[in-house]
Amino acid sequence: MSETAIRPRLVGPTATERLGKAAPLLLAPVLALIGLAAIGNPSVWLTLTVAGLAMGLMIFIMASGLTVVFGLMDVINFGHGAFVSVGAFVGFTVLAWLSGWTQNPAVVLNLAAVFLAILASMAVTGALGLAFERVIVKPVYGHHLKQILVTMGGLIVAQQLIHVIWGPDAIHVARPPSLQGSFIVGEAAIEKYRMLAVAIGLVLFLAMRHVLRATKLGLLVRAGVENGEMVEALGYRINRLFLLVFMAGSALAGLGGIMWGLYQETITAHMGSEIMVLVFVVVIIGGLGSIEGCFIGALLVGLLANYMAFLAPKAALVSTIALMVAILMWRPQGLYPVVKAK
Amino acid sequence: MINTLLSGDRPNSRPLALLLIAIGLCLAFAPFLFPGTKPLDTAARICIFIVLVASYDLLLGYTGIVSFAHTMFFGIGAYGVALALGSLGASFLAILVGVLAGTALSCALALAIGLFSLRVKAIFFAMVTLAVASAFAVLVSQLSFLTGGEDGLTYRIPRELTPAFRLTDLRIFDVRIDGRLLAYYLVFFSALALFLVMLRIVNSPFGTTLKAVRDNAFRAEAIGYRVVRYRTTATVLSAAMASLAGALLAIWIRYTGPATTLSMEIMIDILLMVVIGGMGTMYGAVIGASLFILAQTYLQSLMASAEAATRGLPLLPDLVAPERWLLWLGTLFVLSVYFFPDGIVGRLRNRG
Repeated sequence: MSETAIRPRLVGPTATERLGKAAPLLLAPVLALIGLAAIGNPSVWLTLTVAGLAMGLMIFIMASGLTVVFGLMDVINFGHGAFVSVGAFVGFTVLAWLSGWTQNPAVVLNLAAVFLAILASMAVTGALGLAFERVIVKPVYGHHLKQILVTMGGLIVAQQLIHVIWGPDAIHVARPPSLQGSFIVGEAAIEKYRMLAVAIGLVLFLAMRHVLRATKLGLLVRAGVENGEMVEALGYRINRLFLLVFMAGSALAGLGGIMWGLYQETITAHMGSEIMVLVFVVVIIGGLGSIEGCFIGALLVGLLANYMAFLAPKAALVSTIALMVAILMWRPQGLYPVVKAK
Repeated sequence: MINTLLSGDRPNSRPLALLLIAIGLCLAFAPFLFPGTKPLDTAARICIFIVLVASYDLLLGYTGIVSFAHTMFFGIGAYGVALALGSLGASFLAILVGVLAGTALSCALALAIGLFSLRVKAIFFAMVTLAVASAFAVLVSQLSFLTGGEDGLTYRIPRELTPAFRLTDLRIFDVRIDGRLLAYYLVFFSALALFLVMLRIVNSPFGTTLKAVRDNAFRAEAIGYRVVRYRTTATVLSAAMASLAGALLAIWIRYTGPATTLSMEIMIDILLMVVIGGMGTMYGAVIGASLFILAQTYLQSLMASAEAATRGLPLLPDLVAPERWLLWLGTLFVLSVYFFPDGIVGRLRNRG
């Protein structure tokens, strides 16, 4: 017997492997730095970066619902854009009712009005999500083809109903006075509303992470993404979980809708299906079903769209597609794939 | 003879066969049966959309892939002809160059999209095509020096295809034999030929394999068929057919713009036509396109009179206004996906 026992060798991840894991996290800062180099002027860069973050976080709000619904239920909702539009229109109506508050220069009243509008939007779109899930999506669980067709049909009907209720024309939405204008930081002008959008988006992202990681509900949702049948076998009603998540996703789309409407200051019935293009790009970049990937993807798309709008306006939308193609070449399933390819 | 022409894929139902014969005869003799500009225009549109919808069905119904980029290929075909006619002058050579260039570009794009997104999931492909198609539409409306932007392009077509040209002074059934008639028959026979080619494709061993891939990709792969290759080939074929349909449209209406070729509305129209006509049968495209375009042209005036009749009642006039006809079609679409997934053709076939 030799004395030299074979010692277990612990193989840790190599430096490149660690870098590979962390790489998606680095993408957004790297993109911001490249943007700084390309733009040159730091104050312009700051303005654009804040605008990009605001846009990215609003897209994230809309996309997060879609991606979680997909991860949990294996349902891709092409009608998600309908909730965005409905949210914007409901919010507009509430803001119009509260015109006494929105025209008052007091910050508290303005914020309260926006807050109420957001709550109303989320309530209505959540309820609509309930109806949508029960009536339109439920009969076609498990059939991707039919899901795409049926949710697309739902989108058409919803858009037409918006036309019937609110009329066919684009509507102008004025931001309350205390959300107009900008802060001046050095030479950079930062719109107040964008700061609000960034704040809401960040709070929502952290809250969502907390719910998913630290609560029982989140545990069930994550378990459902992993293996729905097992969750059901353990005695949880997965159908109710589906419904809850679907409603939450719809309410988030409504929230995104009212925020996007206030950002653009005009709302149309088609705004939802237009923004859905970016939402899909974000969801694909992030990896279907992943909240973190969706967050990074949204920031990337928001930043890139704003930088390109400054550098080469005509290439703005095409550049996001190019970004998507590049990411897919690097990671064919997106940054953080949660759902295994079926 | 007929069996060979139809590639052995008979309608297999008496009402369906009668309906198809009726549509075929109406289209073949449209200039003589329904004189006037509007009916002829409707007939030509039906021919073009039959090709477009059938090429989409090749993808959706036979291969089980949902694409939202079909109007992009349609548009590329149309813009190819439009640009060629605009820059090379009004000649048949220019049309040929435009058709070839447009089709080649469509095939290349379809191949690229297919290769990097068909590997993963059907749902992935749907999202990628939606994003790419919208980016393309935006690009076309922004590159106005090339494409005319939102205004689109108008151009001259060869003189032989314009109403000013007379083939003979003879009148047949009181109809002038002019260039417009020739243009119609160019559209009609091209559409007929393309349709028969597609019928041939779906009834070939290749088409059978596509159906196998649609029904069970895993099993098809296990028997030894390369699923990705079949899906990509189907995508490329259908893109080529769509751009040929686009070329026909460009020749017929002598105008090419984003609204007539690239818009999302047209994509939705195509979806409605395929599903209502019947997915997975080429004849569904014929029925769907004919019914839909007739409805689009003539139902809207009916709805206008319904709106006038219900004026004064709350909400109802808004619901039946002609601009809201998509509301009813959308509802019909959702219901038909649930209850008649085989569409009109499937219904007719199952009865007999």
